[in-house]
Amino acid sequence: MLITCPYCGPRDVSEFAYQGDGNRNRPDPASTDLVAWNAYVYDRLNPAGAHNEIWQHAGGCRAHLAVVRDTLTHEILSVRFAREKGAPAHGRRKSGAKA
Amino acid sequence: MSPRRTPSGGRIDRLRTIRFTFDGTAYTGHQGDTLASALLANGVSLFGRSFKYHRPRGVLTAGVDEPNALVTVLRGDVREPNIPATMVEIHDGLVAVSQNRFPSLAYDVSAVNQLGGKILSAGFYYKTFMGPVIGPLKGTRFWMLCEKIIRRAAGLGRAGHAPDPSRYERMNSFCDVLVVGSGPAGLSAAREAAASGARVILAELDPQFGGSANWSGETIDGEPAAAWASDIVGELRDQKNVRLLKRTTVWGYYDGNTLAAVERVSDHKASPAKGAPRHRHWTIRAGRVVLATGAFERPLVFPGNDRPGVTMASAAQRYANEFGVLPGDRIAVFTNNDSAYRSAAALNDTGATVAAIVDVRPEISEECRALAHRCGAELLVGHAVIGTEGGKKLTGIKLAPFTVATGPLPSAARSIEADCLLMSGGWSPTIHLASQAGARPVWGDDLQAFLPPEAGKGWVGAGAFNGTFSTAEAIAEGFAAGRIAAGLPPIETGTLPDVEPAALDPHPAPVFEIRAKGKSFVDFQHDVTSDDVRLAHLEGFVSVEHLKRYTTLGMATDQGKGSNVPGLAIMAEALGKPIPEVGTTRFRPPYTPVSVGALAAERFGDLKPERLTPMHDWHLDNDATMYSAGLWFRPMIYGGPGETIEQAYVREAQATRETAGIVDVSTLGKIAVQGPDAAEFLDRVYSNVFSTLPVGKARYGLMLREDGLVFDDGTTWRLGDNDFLMTTTTANAGKVMQHLEYFLDVVWPDLKVHLTSVTDQWAGAAIGGPKAREILAACVTGTRVDNEALPFMGIVHGEISGAPVMICRLSFSGEMAFEVYSGAGHGTHVWEALIEAGKPFGMVPYGLEALGTMRIEKGHVTGAEIDGRTSARDLHLGWMLSKKKPFIGSAMMDREGLVASGRLELVGLVSLDNRPLSGGAHIVEEVDTDNPHGSLGHITAACFSPALEKYIALALVADGKSRHGTRAHVSDPLRDRFGPVEIVSHHFFDPEGKRMHG
Repeated sequence: MLITCPYCGPRDVSEFAYQGDGNRNRPDPASTDLVAWNAYVYDRLNPAGAHNEIWQHAGGCRAHLAVVRDTLTHEILSVRFAREKGAPAHGRRKSGAKA
Repeated sequence: MSPRRTPSGGRIDRLRTIRFTFDGTAYTGHQGDTLASALLANGVSLFGRSFKYHRPRGVLTAGVDEPNALVTVLRGDVREPNIPATMVEIHDGLVAVSQNRFPSLAYDVSAVNQLGGKILSAGFYYKTFMGPVIGPLKGTRFWMLCEKIIRRAAGLGRAGHAPDPSRYERMNSFCDVLVVGSGPAGLSAAREAAASGARVILAELDPQFGGSANWSGETIDGEPAAAWASDIVGELRDQKNVRLLKRTTVWGYYDGNTLAAVERVSDHKASPAKGAPRHRHWTIRAGRVVLATGAFERPLVFPGNDRPGVTMASAAQRYANEFGVLPGDRIAVFTNNDSAYRSAAALNDTGATVAAIVDVRPEISEECRALAHRCGAELLVGHAVIGTEGGKKLTGIKLAPFTVATGPLPSAARSIEADCLLMSGGWSPTIHLASQAGARPVWGDDLQAFLPPEAGKGWVGAGAFNGTFSTAEAIAEGFAAGRIAAGLPPIETGTLPDVEPAALDPHPAPVFEIRAKGKSFVDFQHDVTSDDVRLAHLEGFVSVEHLKRYTTLGMATDQGKGSNVPGLAIMAEALGKPIPEVGTTRFRPPYTPVSVGALAAERFGDLKPERLTPMHDWHLDNDATMYSAGLWFRPMIYGGPGETIEQAYVREAQATRETAGIVDVSTLGKIAVQGPDAAEFLDRVYSNVFSTLPVGKARYGLMLREDGLVFDDGTTWRLGDNDFLMTTTTANAGKVMQHLEYFLDVVWPDLKVHLTSVTDQWAGAAIGGPKAREILAACVTGTRVDNEALPFMGIVHGEISGAPVMICRLSFSGEMAFEVYSGAGHGTHVWEALIEAGKPFGMVPYGLEALGTMRIEKGHVTGAEIDGRTSARDLHLGWMLSKKKPFIGSAMMDREGLVASGRLELVGLVSLDNRPLSGGAHIVEEVDTDNPHGSLGHITAACFSPALEKYIALALVADGKSRHGTRAHVSDPLRDRFGPVEIVSHHFFDPEGKRMHG
């Protein structure tokens, strides 16, 4: 599996560390909405197909990347910096939604 | 001249004689021979004994699909078992031995197993090793002993125990087009792709490029096929954008068009060239892959089809044309398709007599009749071979009239004398790599074979791989595939290359098995017969996957290259279903066995890096016993002569509390947190407030995880308005860094903060004890260290022995203590200056054990208590949870379960029986040694406290605080330690902190 880091170019997956589901929405820090916090901390999508993921280029520039990966084929559909505004192209889950 | 060597022809170099031994007998062969071809040339027909029945076996094929002729190659003391003789290139000094025979290949006592054929049928192990379920032998050791003996009787080569001295290496490579296979299709594809300028890798598992061109006997555009192939290879060799890899098997096709290959660099040489590895592993990332992997000829299933002398028709043709070896003098042929007629003609051309051609089909083409006539062979259409004659060597065949509807007619059987039988049951495309890449094979009814589906995203096929068996069409397909793979638009070439002789009809008759009396082998390597397949069906193992596992069909080292399709066909017949409905199993890597050495390459032995602090050598020079803490090495104790560990740490801790001690704390994680928003960032990640921390002061901080449990603790020093130095626990340094980076990069990208790991840049020495300040004052210049200049948690900058240092007054030991940080390069220099300054005061260096003892006495928490289950309140750190600001974990830390009663809380324990306590022991109200139960919690850390002169421990105990002053018991059945303890506050020693505040 190759992930094309926007800084470093195409790199082997062994340089990257998986940092979890990219569909999580962190509630407002001051929010006391436990349902929203619970969804953020514990609920994870497990799709068969395109999935939003966060990967860190741990063995490289250490940037966090928003990667859309097909879980069936391991095909990397898109890579951008995780810090960029705007949701990935599909499926960002609503807080509190059932998995 | 060897008895079976033809006078001319083939790729072997008759001028170069090679000497080797097989089973201790010396033989000669020629440069270019494989072990199989050289032994055949010497008249050897017996190569091995079969897996279960110990039947004599010869050589069936000429390539990687060889199931019978498996040998062990000896290199010094190193044994490499189960290598097909067809894949071993001979070299001077080669030593090979046969397998699975005792005392010798010719006289094997276990051959008696053949008489027990009915017992050793499919599922034998499952049925036998269950043992008797009733009766006196039920579950006895006797049965286990039998199992050992039976298992030893079956099997293949024996692995050795000697370490392998060979060197292996691995390479990464990138290309636009990887062509797998260098037959006419592959060469054509590689030439076309390379002409476009694409970076091309051409991989060929044989020692010579060309594939079938080396032995087909065809001409291409008027030139012998082998010469046509070598011309193209010559062209490719001169191109800078082409890499040619021979003796290289592409064995795995993985995600993202990553392919794995192994190159046998030196196996064919008496000794490797200087610096050359034995095997080289290739990881190839290919833009597109051209699969030109060819096809395997399938055996026919009939009684005695495994007798030495029975061989695949194409293999015999290959031995004759490529190696100049005749596998027999008087040859018979048994086929269900046209291709064997060409093989017969090839053998006839090189000097063999073709006695008969037996064809199951009632009608054959004129071309085939003409070929049979040319060979002078008796042509028996509508006939089948129903048995073979001879002992360890074929002497004749038995045949009978045959129709698909009725099967053979044994009453009309007759015999024909022959010392070699060529068989051909049609061809199976080598679709392994495509299958690994996820392609589902499609059954082709006319070719009676599984074919690859439409080209995949990453690959395109050409030639026999696609079921295109004519050389002319294969070359055209290769041309087209090369263009597609290189990203070029297709073009019409109009005409096919001129290949002579013209291709015959590739379609076989749908006949896989001739049912007659005797053992008919489907999987030669695992001794699976057609009756085993039918038995599996009778016993209900009808799915392909069950069939495979129950009979072990296709599970030997050849992975069923020749046996899968016949096995399926027999099962399909038993089920009364068409073959595609029975299905096929998916091929998995590796395509052929891969040496573990090649996979490991240079990665063997202890692969963990070792992290050493700048003062490491000093510790060793001063009798430290080192201790590995993660990747770090840290002094455990500085033991004196005859001292036990407990005596040493007690002495070190005592000395520290009485005068002073010094400890290496360089391993603490250190992160520079810098930038205009650094203070705001720290407020968000720590549970307590850092923005109010004045410059030149440090503060103890606590981090929670998002779920509200404790993550890590440490002190953070404010070196400037926008400049903080954070310390973390040694074990969590990497995790904390990653955690901070995640929040900064993903959650709060608007914060202007930069993080730098500086763990290795700073050396740290903590010096503590009543005399610590005096010692510092004696060696520090450029700053005062008195209470006014350096109050508790204050930071000053100065010099020690000329080296710049940063000193923070903080305490882990509970004593008046200072952490002295210097650049890592100055670490030992500063450390030695501190040691020197401490000498007049009796300061001692202390290790992790004394450090742990003093922290237990003070009740400080470490990773043993911050175990991922404890909350801040459980550790009595609730006072650090700011109510003024949200922070990571603040929303979740007050969840019902985290504030409920009954949670495990940090307490101190004092041993009341004056015996040591140990970590992991449970705390109970009442001891019950027979039935330990009712755990209230467990001990996290324990020591002998020199300050209290008692054995003490820290523990996590349910509602611990409310139990202060009460009695409980330790219950440690594994270590047989039970006894009374008193539950006390975790602040054992100097709870008011008078000593550290001074």
